[in-house]
Amino acid sequence: MALRTPPLHDRHEALDASFTDFGGWDMPVEFDSIRAEHEAVRTAAGIFDVSHMGEVEVSGPDAEALMQRLTTNDVTELDPGDAQYSMITDDRGVILDDTVVYRMPASAPAPDAPGTDATFMFVPNAGHDAQMHERWTSHAETWGLDVEVANVTDDLGMVAVQGPDANALVADATDADVHDLGRFEATYGTVAGTPTWIARTGYTGEPGFEIVFPAADGVAVWDAFDCQPCGLGARDTLRLEMGFLLSGQDFDPEDEPRTPYEAGVGFTVDLDTEFVGRDALERQAEEGVEEEFVGFVLNERGVPRHGYEIRNADGDQIGTVTSGTMSPTLGEPIGLGYVGTTFTEDGETVRVVVRGEGKAATITTPPFLEGYQ
Amino acid sequence: MSFDVPMNLYYRESHEWIDPETGRIGLSDYAQDELGDIVFVELPSVGDEIEAGEDFGVVESIKAVSDIYAPVSGEVTDVNERVFDEPELLNEDPYGDGWLVEVDAADEGELEDLHSGSEYSDQIE
Repeated sequence: MALRTPPLHDRHEALDASFTDFGGWDMPVEFDSIRAEHEAVRTAAGIFDVSHMGEVEVSGPDAEALMQRLTTNDVTELDPGDAQYSMITDDRGVILDDTVVYRMPASAPAPDAPGTDATFMFVPNAGHDAQMHERWTSHAETWGLDVEVANVTDDLGMVAVQGPDANALVADATDADVHDLGRFEATYGTVAGTPTWIARTGYTGEPGFEIVFPAADGVAVWDAFDCQPCGLGARDTLRLEMGFLLSGQDFDPEDEPRTPYEAGVGFTVDLDTEFVGRDALERQAEEGVEEEFVGFVLNERGVPRHGYEIRNADGDQIGTVTSGTMSPTLGEPIGLGYVGTTFTEDGETVRVVVRGEGKAATITTPPFLEGYQ
Repeated sequence: MSFDVPMNLYYRESHEWIDPETGRIGLSDYAQDELGDIVFVELPSVGDEIEAGEDFGVVESIKAVSDIYAPVSGEVTDVNERVFDEPELLNEDPYGDGWLVEVDAADEGELEDLHSGSEYSDQIE
């Protein structure tokens, strides 16, 4: 099947990016070098094309009821312009996707602005937009809810501007007062003449914004920010240093079925609300989990990779690596994975099997960098 | 993009080079560019035997793990220990400070199975 292309694809080709298939999208993985792009985001600013992320709009009288029943967090807490990190679970409580949910203002300032007339917009991961659109539509029908669900992924693009300089860059590029935006708050604003939805969110641990815009205006928005272009490679090393989950790798309904409690995102679950998977998660909250998501630092030379075994001192397997890299900031190999709950304390020593050799690693709660939360 | 391909070296299709004068082996400029930031190198020890076409080490970039294949058979006579602490040398100077091992080639005839510089240039074009 042909890969989907983000609206900025030509721009990336002109910048001589290398590309990769990510969730069915042909996305830039690297512009200059992962190390250089990573460092730019940690010390100045970088811009990422994240148009592979989906956008689904939910509107109508029962929009709130549907969002409440299909996501684990409490959407009634959201005021217009608020964003919320949440999970989409099946009836076993297994994470199907993680997402950011926005409650949209009552009316958009321009007819073609993202989220126009929608009550909510949420952002599924790459390649999940059609599946989530179907999930929302079919459940609305089953439950007899009066909503409209629109998959607008191909109509919209998204960039992330991240780094210590991102606030100044975005403030200069838009007429919106972004200085007043708190974390997980969003607003409409114009960038390069284009109506955009600007959210103080991101996936790097740095201050920054994610900006949603009509696909046709992507180049103007991209060009409004004079900073390092960054690909998915640097996005991965940055999120790994923070211990953020990657869909399809750190959790996956088929290959790595995990509940929010196992995946360390139990804070997104509000058991006082009714949602698909709630009863299973309530049971797990009472009984506890057998394995938990942890970070670790490898104490020997090597690079932990997805699928490597984690063992105890006796050589018994106690878990599995789900993500790993050489941290560009620390110059040390770091990783994420699941281990039995008796091995999750900070400072616990385990062994990660790198090509047949068990290498010592220390359990370390992310973020791996100091000064981040 | 054009890549540096010294004409005095021989190349495997899998992008390793060997200097027929010194027996030194490394990865080509093209290979290091494809791999991206190299962060880890695993190599045999002096005295180990390597065999043409077989993997004898591992190089890891931030993105991926790749085996390194021997262009010729022979005994390892020297190992570039600098690349263990400074794997970025493979990116910065693939034909110089970023070399990997030196071998005493068992059979000079194996060089004929490799690509010349111009043949390798055509391959990576």
